[in-house]
Amino acid sequence: MTSALVVDAALALLVLGLALWVISTRAAYSAVVGFVAYGLLMAIVWVRLAAVDVAMTEAALGTGLTGLLLLGAAARLAPYEAAEVSSRPGRGLRMLIGLLCAAIALGLAAVVLMLPDPAPTLALLVAENLPPTGVGNPVTGVLLAHRAIDTLLESVVLIPALIGVWSVAADPAWGGRPGSLPRPQSGSALTLLAQVLPPFGILIGIHLVWNGADDPGGKFQGATVLAAMWILVLIAGLREPPAVRDQRLRVLLVIGALVFIGIGVAGIWLADAFLAYPEGYAKPLILAIEAVLTLSIALTLGLLLAGPPANDHRSGGRS
Amino acid sequence: MDSSSLLVSPFTSLIELGGLLLVIPLMLPVIGLLLALMLGGRFLGRFMLLLLLLGLIAALAVATAVLTGGDALLYHLGGWAPPLGVALKADGLSAILLLVSAVVILAVGIYAQRDFRVPPGAPETRASLVFWMLLMGVWAGLNAAFLGQDLFTLFVALELLTFSAVPLVALDGRAETLAAALRYLLFALLGSVLYLLGAVLFYGTYATLDIALLAERIAGAPSLPPPIVAAAALMTVGLLAKTALFPLHLWLPPAHAGAPPAASAILSALVVKASFFLILRIWFDVLPGALNPMTAQILGALGAGAILFGNLIALRQARLKLLIAYSTVAQIGYLFLIFPLAASAESLALTGGMLQVVSHACAKAAMFMAAGLLAGTLGHDRIRDLGGSIRVLPITVLAFGLAGLSLIGIQPSGGYLTKTLLTAAVDGTGQWWWGLVMQAGGLLTAAYLFWVLGHALSGPPSGQVVARPGRAQELVVLALALAALLLGLLPPALFDLVGVGRAGLDASAAVSTAMAGAFGWSKLWGDVWPILVVGLLVLGMLPWPDRQANASERLAATTSSVTGHWAAALGAILERADRGLRKWPVAGLSLLVLALALAAAIATGS
Amino acid sequence: MNGPTLFGLCGAALVGLGLYGLICQPGALRKILAFNLIGSGVFLLFGVIAKRGGGALSAAGLGVDGDPVPQALIITGLVVAFAATSIAVALLLRLAEISGRSTLERAGSGSHSPTHERAPAPERAA
Repeated sequence: MTSALVVDAALALLVLGLALWVISTRAAYSAVVGFVAYGLLMAIVWVRLAAVDVAMTEAALGTGLTGLLLLGAAARLAPYEAAEVSSRPGRGLRMLIGLLCAAIALGLAAVVLMLPDPAPTLALLVAENLPPTGVGNPVTGVLLAHRAIDTLLESVVLIPALIGVWSVAADPAWGGRPGSLPRPQSGSALTLLAQVLPPFGILIGIHLVWNGADDPGGKFQGATVLAAMWILVLIAGLREPPAVRDQRLRVLLVIGALVFIGIGVAGIWLADAFLAYPEGYAKPLILAIEAVLTLSIALTLGLLLAGPPANDHRSGGRS
Repeated sequence: MDSSSLLVSPFTSLIELGGLLLVIPLMLPVIGLLLALMLGGRFLGRFMLLLLLLGLIAALAVATAVLTGGDALLYHLGGWAPPLGVALKADGLSAILLLVSAVVILAVGIYAQRDFRVPPGAPETRASLVFWMLLMGVWAGLNAAFLGQDLFTLFVALELLTFSAVPLVALDGRAETLAAALRYLLFALLGSVLYLLGAVLFYGTYATLDIALLAERIAGAPSLPPPIVAAAALMTVGLLAKTALFPLHLWLPPAHAGAPPAASAILSALVVKASFFLILRIWFDVLPGALNPMTAQILGALGAGAILFGNLIALRQARLKLLIAYSTVAQIGYLFLIFPLAASAESLALTGGMLQVVSHACAKAAMFMAAGLLAGTLGHDRIRDLGGSIRVLPITVLAFGLAGLSLIGIQPSGGYLTKTLLTAAVDGTGQWWWGLVMQAGGLLTAAYLFWVLGHALSGPPSGQVVARPGRAQELVVLALALAALLLGLLPPALFDLVGVGRAGLDASAAVSTAMAGAFGWSKLWGDVWPILVVGLLVLGMLPWPDRQANASERLAATTSSVTGHWAAALGAILERADRGLRKWPVAGLSLLVLALALAAAIATGS
Repeated sequence: MNGPTLFGLCGAALVGLGLYGLICQPGALRKILAFNLIGSGVFLLFGVIAKRGGGALSAAGLGVDGDPVPQALIITGLVVAFAATSIAVALLLRLAEISGRSTLERAGSGSHSPTHERAPAPERAA
């Protein structure tokens, strides 16, 4: 018990130290590197909090894809960074803001200590209502049955986000291929990696989705792994990213949410409610939704990373 | 069978769906968003128009069902009841907002057909696809925010709304609008993360995120537990940041003025109302007993600050779209007078506030689109160079003026009714100071509208006509302006919609009492003469017969009188204050101070 | 003091740190990073609440080690945060590309003056 507490305390201190580094270090690039390390530590924290599903998502998405996105951005923004200092607020203002932020953090900390004990929870209710969904992983049950609307809306949210990313393209570049991915100069090692890794990555991704019904894992984690493999192939230059005008791409992007809605609407007649599953068919339907949704989400995540369409792919996004 | 019954019978069967009916407004825009990406192409605008019409029918059906049924519609998604599942609910407030959103978005959809049409020969343009998809995204986010009963689902709805609204700001791709969009996004994200933090604390205390269940459990507690105090303060501040209530308005003027006119109309008329609506939900539905006088006075004071400050800064603007954007900053302020007035006059305050939401939505959408037509026709939106535009665009200028009458609050407009109801609430609660603020706000609004109209009406056209607007565009703007102006003539029974699903709220009685003797020539004269005085003052400052006046001078600088100098000095000070308040670190500081002040205010009362 | 409470306090500190960075750091990329820290702190608090809820049950001998509802919501939240980050990065990169600045406010002058005319002409190059 005590040794576990020591481990937890060390973890918490490390996390805080890295967060402090992310906020205070001078160069944006090293701040992002600090953020990636921070994310990996957070994944361990999630395991310590018995949230393995969250740990996987944090590692894959919160750290992996976000890290890639921010590292690329930091590299491209480096030339403008020196000018930033001049618009920094004055020392007095910074101290005042720091004091107020500390007050808010202290208030929150006090609130954490005053949370009711024993803690109220829905865990029992979820456990009681898991059998009708046919899945064994309660997190998957919550995401795809009890609170299916959140998952549906959230897979929909990715679409305006992608349109937002695409919207900053120059007009003549519209319809073309995304051009924000970096291309390393000599990529022999990368090329090898990009040839060897994806088959395994795809297997892992599919395993995560398939397994997510009963064990930790699920469509977001699986989709992130798939997206990461795809991005690796793109960066290595083995494949070109698809053009945003590509009709097949567009169908694939929305098919997951459309199938989800379709099954949900069918539920009105077959199971008496929108987003309900007919008795006995819940598990196969959930697996079907997860499979298509994984495909759509993986594509969307990859394209969010690939940036807006550019005239000349590989020239750094300039038109 | 005649054609009207053909129309009516599917409509009545829609109403018979009960709670299931709510799935239509929730899912229709989502499906539109997804199909738009799949279909794309030249005829996207037409297809979207069809969906918007269907959406209006669905919203009408919900409103009719709620009003005739006399009770809120409730639906458990997936058949799972809260706290495990997520509920949808349409009470009167939701129904009103669904309806006004459907109307305004349909009008914007008609207006935007021309602005976002794909040129012949091109398969698709960036602006067209992005605009129509994000319009659907905004609509989906709005409807989800109006119907959701779960604090986390509402968070996702808010994010859907933000992600759709922000890129619309930067649609023209200029550096200034990109910066405005980024500033809007980052401040809105700060708002949503604070909102989410509040939701987390609610869950940690009561293990549910359902509004009705939370209300039940909180009502049963002897006093507000500390986590709930913190949650209420954090959520309120986060939503204030998204609503751009003074002094957190840093992002609104550049964003709303920089967006294309059709997008500005949606952003100003509807998007800021969604986060306001969630503030109402928190204070009137989740924590109905916790709105103590101190908290209410703080919110009211911010509203009063918005009214005075926003209107004064609007008066200083040289560009029409920025003037309208600052007018939005001011009009948002009226919404927050609800809180101090609701303590002892809830029916009047809530009904007045909802009317303000509706009439401002119609009027402001009309004004932004009118400004867009003026700018598109003249090639600029400099107020000083609008001279003679009445001859070029008579319908547009008329629509702008009529919408303005509603903002000032002249009979029989929605703005007038709002003011009458809120004034009755002021009289009932004895808080005379809010009445003074409203009077001053009306006069300032009159001043800048006269300033714009004076320019538009005077002299010969001072510039070349760059392009002609479409007739449909002009008519749809006029229709929205007329809707805002004639809102006050609705039968009082319709106002019962406000009170549906809300115990002890009798809106139509409140309206009837407040409106008894409100319409009449002597009352009209009493309201109009101070406005006429302001009008004469402003018109006196115009370079009326002399069109040669230096166009770069400012409003007050044109008069050489002593008062003119004083006004100019005051204006310059205010403008500098505004620029200071809108700096990012200062706005952040305001947000932190507000969060702590609200937490202290809520804690002292509980 | 136990593990979850410790992480709860850590979450509170992360929110404070992130708020400071979001408000005070001038570079927009640094603000985006700080936003992610605040979000992470909020998710951590939620995770602690999930663990506490599970802990109460397992103490009662029910063998559940976490409340799945907050865990599911955190996963949704992480995806939403990634989407937000990607829009912000896209806007920022484009802004830097055409105007040569990576801050919300123009250096020195603070936020732009609303009464100034916009130049309709081509943007200043980097």
